[in-house]
Amino acid sequence: MAQTAGTPTQTQSQTQASPEVQCLLQGYDPVGFFCETMRRGQPPHPGLDLLRARLAQFPVETLRRRAVDAERDLLERGITFTVYSDATAIDRILPFDLIPRVLTAAEWQQIETGVIQRVRALNLFLQDIYHGQKILADGVVPRALVLGNAGYCETMIGFDVPFGTYVHVCGTDIVRDETGRFMVLEDNARTPSGVAYVVENRHMTQRVLSDVMAGLKVRGVDDYGLHLHRALCDIAPQGVSDPQVVVLSPGIFNSAYFEHVFLAREMGVPLVEGRDLVVENHRVFMHTTAGLAPVHSIYRRLNDDFLDPDVFRPDSALGVRGVIEAWRRGNVAIANAVGTGVADDKAVYAYMPRIIRYYLAEEPILPNVETHICAEHDALAYTLDHLAELVVKPVAESGGYGLIIGPHATRAQLDDFRARLLADPSNYISQPTLKLSVSPTLTDSGVASRHVDLRPFAVTGRDTWVLPGGLTRVALRAGTLVVNSSQGGGTKDTWVLA
Amino acid sequence: MSETLQPTGTMYLIARHAASAVWLARYIERIENLARLLDVTKTFSHDDSDWLTILRINGDAIGFNKRYPEVSQANVARFYLLDADNPSSVQAAVAAAKENARTLRALISTEMWLQINVFHGRIHALSGADLTPDRLSTVCAMLKEGAQAHVGISEGTFYRDQCWHFTMIGRYLERADQTTRLLDTRFHVLVPQVDAGDPDIDAGKWHALLRAAGGYHAYRREHPHGYRPVEVAGFLIANTAFPRAVALNLSQIEWHLTQLRLRYHLRGGARALERVDNLCTTLTHAGVADLVARGLSPFLDWMQREIGALHGDVIDGLCGG
Repeated sequence: MAQTAGTPTQTQSQTQASPEVQCLLQGYDPVGFFCETMRRGQPPHPGLDLLRARLAQFPVETLRRRAVDAERDLLERGITFTVYSDATAIDRILPFDLIPRVLTAAEWQQIETGVIQRVRALNLFLQDIYHGQKILADGVVPRALVLGNAGYCETMIGFDVPFGTYVHVCGTDIVRDETGRFMVLEDNARTPSGVAYVVENRHMTQRVLSDVMAGLKVRGVDDYGLHLHRALCDIAPQGVSDPQVVVLSPGIFNSAYFEHVFLAREMGVPLVEGRDLVVENHRVFMHTTAGLAPVHSIYRRLNDDFLDPDVFRPDSALGVRGVIEAWRRGNVAIANAVGTGVADDKAVYAYMPRIIRYYLAEEPILPNVETHICAEHDALAYTLDHLAELVVKPVAESGGYGLIIGPHATRAQLDDFRARLLADPSNYISQPTLKLSVSPTLTDSGVASRHVDLRPFAVTGRDTWVLPGGLTRVALRAGTLVVNSSQGGGTKDTWVLA
Repeated sequence: MSETLQPTGTMYLIARHAASAVWLARYIERIENLARLLDVTKTFSHDDSDWLTILRINGDAIGFNKRYPEVSQANVARFYLLDADNPSSVQAAVAAAKENARTLRALISTEMWLQINVFHGRIHALSGADLTPDRLSTVCAMLKEGAQAHVGISEGTFYRDQCWHFTMIGRYLERADQTTRLLDTRFHVLVPQVDAGDPDIDAGKWHALLRAAGGYHAYRREHPHGYRPVEVAGFLIANTAFPRAVALNLSQIEWHLTQLRLRYHLRGGARALERVDNLCTTLTHAGVADLVARGLSPFLDWMQREIGALHGDVIDGLCGG
């Protein structure tokens, strides 16, 4: 510290804006949406006030220059997803918007406890539906919805997992409405991705925006690998003193391969593919330079279907033959467990508040987006009455197929949809159209408001830990609500203020 | 209370990753060798037959002739610098290096990955405009520097566990291989002229040969009195100080194989060690004099086969085949 005191720094001159310089928040207007930075109507907050003051002084052109540097840096560092076409590999970056998204300590407290509560409920639900099925017997969740679900895995019936943990890594997609209220939009209980970007985004911010960050107490994100490794050791077979953990990836051609590398590196464990593993006498081994070496805990980034050709898709070349039987015999741990897809299903989502109350006798700390289950008489009637205001989604589809957004639909489309809904009500849920919160974002025409969501990552072995913050995704196209990277979505660094 | 420092547990290396480490180093080294050859040929060549020599060294004459009408500087440079369909081009080599680095990304340093990534981008961006006679040397310098930067960054940042040893084995295998190839294609051209009784007649060719190996000045220091075939051959084969001498590289491989056995208890390296021991005993200066007298070419053929077999021993014995 002492050796830099008094040295004039570049940042002072760059952030001292002269009157004619366009600054970040000049003319910024979140029009009717809740803005994560401005928070109109909320009391002063020292950290946010400081950040707002800095952004208000920060020239747009300086940010643009740094954004160009950051983009090149991401590309050179290979913080990318890879698109393969013909025989050529093209590395693409996930667009990164430098203006951070901020959560206060109080807000984080709600998200953290809410996510932990939700993960507990998800695990209790999975434990139950693969054992006694009390929740089905009590009629809280329709039997057919669970047992007939594509994500329900009969292999799991009667099989006990350590600590009752099925969902070791959970990504909970959270949005905020125009009043600033947090709501869960979706649970990701299979193999949620994106955590590498959380950490890499932070490193990038520290490199290029240290002047904006200076003096603000932002909670660190660097110990994700430690917590994940601990959870994977927790669930390893009993009696193994120093469990061998591996990350199982589909390989370098997978678009999330960078994240698999990141996870292996952060945990200091081998990054393997199915072909590196072999099962002998119901024990899992890896091919090493010293011959076969035992494996005790597998963090797999491979879907259920591909995991074991003996049990699932027989044509899978990515998996490990016999790994499920080795798991069932308690010789290896697999995270996440197989068969968790039933818990993050869209229709089951609608029942989550009831699932939380059923197992925990608590009110949900993070509410769902208000959801009408059209299988239920009143909900169907409400949906039919308000069709022009609602989003109606088929539960079995994904990727936005077969849904209708009432306010954007024509009269004829609404009539057509009404007929389909009446023909098969139990295939549909409806939700209000959301006014998602926004965050100031650098665009081609200066800084403008763009919609954001948040995916915190919860790691569970013996107990649950939530990485402070999470992945903030931002819809870079004006007006759009879609934050998916395939559709023009980017990311932001997420600061949890201490 | 004093802390105890436990010895670290067994760190395994996935066999497939060991193979990737060997290949990563070989491809990077190949880029440097190719750049040296192109640069030296461009600088010292008198006619297009020198360009044919490069094709011979790499065993590419047939592949080249199928696709290019004539052997010329422009065509050979294009074949090696731009032609991604040519498996011995720098394009193919850097793409393969990057794929191996991608496989090893959790093991190599982030600086190593970053450098390969940027180097790949630079090579990928080469175009016809870079092949003109005035630009070719600049491109070759960029290629050499990129490969050398990789070596330097590895030296300074790569954790020296098993993976590092395999990388080093790959590097030395490629150097030994390239030097034998270089000698094999040039020596039989050069020797008859020397035998004709005029040792100075083509000093330029000796000069180019040593330059291509990056050993001209070192050779001058060792042998200030001109060129004798036996000395050039001895320098490139049996010297134990010249970085691209076959003997030096083999002894380095021996050291790394021994480390893998002693420090990591790898038993699969026995065949490789035995072979490298035998090779080292053969490659003494006295041995080389003998071999030159009896005709170097069959010996070099044999040595190339042995280096290939050594690579096979390493891969089969330690890297899961």
